[in-house]
Amino acid sequence: MATPSIIPAGDFRTSYAADTTIFPTPMSRNAALAGIVLVCFAPLLLSEYWLSILIQIGIYGIAALGLNILVGFTGQISIGHAAFFLLGAFTSAYISNTLPIPVFFAIPLAGLLTALIGLVFGLPAARLKGLYLVIATLAAQYILLDFFSRAEWFSGGSVPAMAQPFSLFGYVLRGDRQYFYVVLAYVLASYLLVTNLMRTRDGRALVAVRDHYLSAEIMGINLTKYRTLSFGLAAFFAGIAGALYAHYQLVVSNEGFGIERSIIFLAMVIIGGTGSIMGTLMGTAFVVLLPESMEWLSAGLKGSAIDRALSLNNNLTFLREIAIGVIIILFLIFEPDGLAHRWRQIKTYWKLYPFSH
Amino acid sequence: MNSQLLIQLLVNGLVVGTLYGVVAMSFVLIYKATQVVNFAQGELLLIGAWVCWTLLTKYQVPFYVGMPITLAFMFCFGIAVQIVVLRPMIGEPIISVIMVTIALSTVFQAALKWIYGVSPQPFPRVFESQSVSFAGLQIQTVYVMSLVVSVAMMIGMAWFFKVSKYGLAMRATAFNQQVAQSLGISVKSVFAMAWAISATVSAVAGVVVAVVNGVSSGLSTYGIKVFPAAILGGLDSIGGAVVGGLIIGLLENVAQYVDSEYLHWGNLYEVAPFYVLIIILMIKPYGLFGTKDIERI
Repeated sequence: MATPSIIPAGDFRTSYAADTTIFPTPMSRNAALAGIVLVCFAPLLLSEYWLSILIQIGIYGIAALGLNILVGFTGQISIGHAAFFLLGAFTSAYISNTLPIPVFFAIPLAGLLTALIGLVFGLPAARLKGLYLVIATLAAQYILLDFFSRAEWFSGGSVPAMAQPFSLFGYVLRGDRQYFYVVLAYVLASYLLVTNLMRTRDGRALVAVRDHYLSAEIMGINLTKYRTLSFGLAAFFAGIAGALYAHYQLVVSNEGFGIERSIIFLAMVIIGGTGSIMGTLMGTAFVVLLPESMEWLSAGLKGSAIDRALSLNNNLTFLREIAIGVIIILFLIFEPDGLAHRWRQIKTYWKLYPFSH
Repeated sequence: MNSQLLIQLLVNGLVVGTLYGVVAMSFVLIYKATQVVNFAQGELLLIGAWVCWTLLTKYQVPFYVGMPITLAFMFCFGIAVQIVVLRPMIGEPIISVIMVTIALSTVFQAALKWIYGVSPQPFPRVFESQSVSFAGLQIQTVYVMSLVVSVAMMIGMAWFFKVSKYGLAMRATAFNQQVAQSLGISVKSVFAMAWAISATVSAVAGVVVAVVNGVSSGLSTYGIKVFPAAILGGLDSIGGAVVGGLIIGLLENVAQYVDSEYLHWGNLYEVAPFYVLIIILMIKPYGLFGTKDIERI
C-alpha cells in the first residue's frame, strides 16, 4: 500500500474501471495465468512431501485471507481464528456424516454456519470501536474449544471426529494428488472473490472504516454493518478452510488449535502484509515453511556442539513458537507492510535497474 | 446443598479474586498510561515466579533476599521491554501494538518452557504451612498471606496514584498526553515507569501464586483471566479492575460449586468467566466503572 508498483510509461488510466482493474497490464495477467497453469502441473511433478506443504499453504492461506479482511482491511483483530477454523472443520464433518449432504456442499455450508456462529461472538464487539473485538474473540476461542471437548454428539468430545473423503458426483477423490485440485479451486475462488470484493463499494467502505471511522460514518457508511460484515467474512473463510482441512486430514481433533494457532494465523497476515491479498499467500507460505526449515536446520545440526548445548531437537516446538513470535515483532517494527511491500520494492528495483530513481 | 464446600470455595474465590484484581490492576495501569492492551501480562507473572524460584532453589538465597532481587529484576525488565519493543511502536496503529504484545507473550511463554521445561515445579517452603481456624473453617496460612499481600499492594497502588508526584504525573499522562508533556512531564519515562510498576506488581502476584500452587506455565492463564476482570470493571478504571477481579474469582468458584453439585459438566469454572465476558460486552460494554467513550466531531 505504501508504494504503488511502477507502471510502464504511457500507461495512463482514463476511467475508474481501468484504475481498479485486477491486472494493470496484459503482461501481469499472462504471468498470473501462466502461474496458475504451472501450479496445475504440481501434482505430477512434486513429491508427496512438497505437495502436502502446498496443500497446507492453500488451506491456511484461505483462513489467513479471511483474517486479512478483518485485520488488514477493516482494522480489527481476532485472536479466535483457530477456533472458527476448527468449528468449520467439525461442522463440515458433522454435516457430511449425519445428513444426506455430500461433502461438495458440506464445505460451503460449513463456511456459512461458521460465519453465523462467528456473528454471535462478533456482534456485541462490532457495535463498539477499538479493541473490544479482540477480547470478544479471545472469549470465543476458549468457549468454542471448551464446547468441542464437551459436545460428544457434535465433535466426538475427547475422541477425534471422522470426516469423509471429498467426492464429486459419486467419484471419490483419494490422496494428496487429487485433493490438491480441490484446494487449488477453493484458493483461486476465494482469492478472486476477495480481490473483487475490494474493488466494489463494500470493499472500499471497509477500508474507509479502517482508515478513519468517523469520516467514514459521516460519509454515510454504516459502521456496525461493515464491521459485522468483515467479521462474518473472516469467520466464513476460516470455516471454509477448516472444512477443507477436515476432508483432507479425514480426522478432526481439538489438538493444536489453541490460542497459539490463532496467533500463527495473525503472523501469516502480518508477515504477508496487512491489507495485501497476494501478500497473504506469501505470508502463509513463509509461516508454513518456517517450521519445516527449522526442522531441516536442526536435523542438519544434529549431533553437533550447538545441538548438544541447547538440546535443539527436544525443544523444537518451543523454538518454533519463539521464532514465530520474534518474527512477528521484527516485522511489525521494521517491515510493517510485510512481504508484499518487500516484493514490490524488489520488482521496482529490477524495473529501474541500474538507476534507482 | 453442601455448605461446607460452598464456603470453602467462596474463601478460595476471595483469595483468587484478589489476585486477579492485582493482576487486572497492573494490566489497567499499562492500558491507562500507555493505551496498550497487554496480552503478555500473564507472562510477566510467570517470569517473576520463575526468577524467584531460580534464586531460591538454584542459588539457595533466603526468601527475604530473593524477593527484593526478583522485584528489582522485574522493574528493570519492565523498563527494558518498554524501551526495546514498545517504544518503536509509539504512533503505530493500535492493532500493531496489540499484536506486538501478543507476539511477546508467545516468545516469553515458549522461552520459559525451553529453559525450565513443561512440568510444574514446587516452590520452596517460604512459610510454615499450617491452617488457621477461623469461624469453624480451616484456612491455610498461605491463603491468608496471599490475601494480605494483595490488599497491601492495592493500598500501595492507591497511595501511589493519589499522593505521590509520580502517580499524579502518570494520571495526567493518562488523561491527556500532550497537555501532560507541556506541563513538563516526561511522557517517555512515564511509559517506562508504567511498564516497570506493572511488571513488578505482576511479579509479586506471580510469586504469591507460585508459593500456593507451585510454578508452571499454567500461571500465565492469570493473564487471560485479566480480560474478563478488566472488562467487567471497565477497561480504564483501576478500582474497577480490583472489583472485577474479585467478582470473577468468586464467580469461578461458584461455577465450580454449581458444576460439581448439580451440573457435572466438568471444567465449567475455566470457561465461566468468558461467558460472562461476552454477556458484559453485550449489555454493558464499558463495564461497571469505565468511562463511556463519547467523541466530539
